[in-house]
Amino acid sequence: MQSFVNIEHFSCGYPGHFVLDDVSFGIQKGDFVGIIGPNGSGKTTLFRGISAELSALTGVVTLDGKNIHKMSLRQRAQNVAIVTQTIEAGAMTVEEYVLMGRMPYRKQFQFFENENDFAIVEKYMKLTGVDRLRNKFMNALSGGEQQLAGIARALAQEPQLLLLDEPTSHLDITHQVQILNLIRRLSHDLKLTILMIIHDLNLAGEYCDQLIMMQKGGVRKTGIPMDVLNYKDIEAVYDTVVITRTNPVSGKPVVFLISEDVMSTKKLP
Amino acid sequence: MAGIRTKYWKWIVFLAALLLLLAISVAISLSSGEIDIPISRLPQILSQPDSMEFTILTRIRIPRLILAIAVGGALSLSGAILQGIYRNPLVEPYTLGISGGAALGIAIAIVFGLNSLSFLTLPVFGFLGAIITLFLVYFLSIKRAGLSINSMLLIGVMVSFISSSAMMFLMSISTTDNLQSIVFWVMGALDESNSMLIRIAMYSSLAGLIITYFFAQPLNALRLGNAKAKHLGINTDVTVRLLFFVASLLTGIAVSVAGVIGFVGLVIPHLVRLLIGNDYRILLGGSFLGGAIFLVLSDTIARTIIAPNELPIGVITGFAGGLVFIVVLSRSRSHVKLN
Repeated sequence: MQSFVNIEHFSCGYPGHFVLDDVSFGIQKGDFVGIIGPNGSGKTTLFRGISAELSALTGVVTLDGKNIHKMSLRQRAQNVAIVTQTIEAGAMTVEEYVLMGRMPYRKQFQFFENENDFAIVEKYMKLTGVDRLRNKFMNALSGGEQQLAGIARALAQEPQLLLLDEPTSHLDITHQVQILNLIRRLSHDLKLTILMIIHDLNLAGEYCDQLIMMQKGGVRKTGIPMDVLNYKDIEAVYDTVVITRTNPVSGKPVVFLISEDVMSTKKLP
Repeated sequence: MAGIRTKYWKWIVFLAALLLLLAISVAISLSSGEIDIPISRLPQILSQPDSMEFTILTRIRIPRLILAIAVGGALSLSGAILQGIYRNPLVEPYTLGISGGAALGIAIAIVFGLNSLSFLTLPVFGFLGAIITLFLVYFLSIKRAGLSINSMLLIGVMVSFISSSAMMFLMSISTTDNLQSIVFWVMGALDESNSMLIRIAMYSSLAGLIITYFFAQPLNALRLGNAKAKHLGINTDVTVRLLFFVASLLTGIAVSVAGVIGFVGLVIPHLVRLLIGNDYRILLGGSFLGGAIFLVLSDTIARTIIAPNELPIGVITGFAGGLVFIVVLSRSRSHVKLN
């Protein structure tokens, strides 16, 4: 069956060496999918491949049946929005920054934003809660607020597919939960398809509908969190001893780590 | 929404203020000189084609004024463009070695005695020097991976060192007469008398302004960085290359008619940024007008302060620009805003 986002035998990489080799998976419309895997397993490269920053060496990436790599830059920006880990927007206000999300819709020589642009920006600033920060400079915001503004900007692009690169890294749990709740709402309420790189396995298990586990430039396992987050796969991919249990309230998988000295004195169950 | 609307109103007021300031500077510049012409009499004189003052205005002061506006606007505009595509607030036309190349071209023409051939020799050699340097910088910095902005900057600085060494070599082997004309040229002056060159300078700097305005939004997107601008659907490669050429041509033309006038491209865009923000839709026009005002006033000072002699205009722009810049930067904590 053709999925909404379809990646088939896709390889890409940097000059001289392959990083991503023969990756295939599909995502249904409105799914919130987490990409997990250790550093260097090709998560960010996969993002660059999907967003066509890196050209395909083999295979295709399609979105709703259309090849993303064959779209024009403008078309692509109307369909795929990316929120990067760091948002270096410097001295522009939050509102100016979010308005940049409307750039893919500007006519060739359109100089100013139109009413529709303002309305859309207003809507997504409210939705993400950054409307009260509208006149603040981006570089005066905290990391969490910057991520929220980044998400608002990406939503203003009105994309079919939203790519998030570790939106919760460097944030405290308040902001982690705030942002992930927001993303989850977006995928449910707006039927937005979301692909997110995330390092924290517990957050990945708790929030995502589907997980893609990557290893050495390939996909090791895909499926619902309960299937993907088992100790055998995690230990094989991360080369670390873990224990998995179930969250008594949400019923989602939880991953525990064990320190070296505990491990030497206790027997693993 | 209110924030952005107020911003547009501020832009209009800002542009109006700059235009007014330019008008005042023009009036001051036209009235001052060896023969003082009161500002109040300017309209009257301009309607009397047979008076001596009329000849002074139309033959000497107005051409010079037009050149000041064209060169000031062009240099300041190319500074704003280059800062935008390099995302580096310290870049200006002269950091990229373009003017060094132009100066070298001029020095070669003078040392080999080519300037007696035609009035066009020096401008043409200056322009060639600028363009050759530009191609050098551009092609040396294109790597397999594409256009690397940082290497372009470093190569520009190096090329500028090399050409200034080559120029010093030429100066050390040249005659006293030649040496003096090289030095004078390097210090910059707006006393070009050929009306065709002045017209070329004016039209090309206006054309540069118009072309650049088509890229105001891509320049805004580039404030987020190359990759992120691409994510917003901007063809950054085309934008950066095209704007680099526009900025270089503008600088090449300015340098070839007026010599090396430093600081305009660095200081003026910065002051405009501090006053009105970093949105290129206002920054480009603001920089152009600001550069024009700055050079008109500097030139007026340069030719009156030690009259009947004339100071090289580079001395004035360096002093005035640098001092204003230091004062403004140390008074506001706005240097964080410079990106």
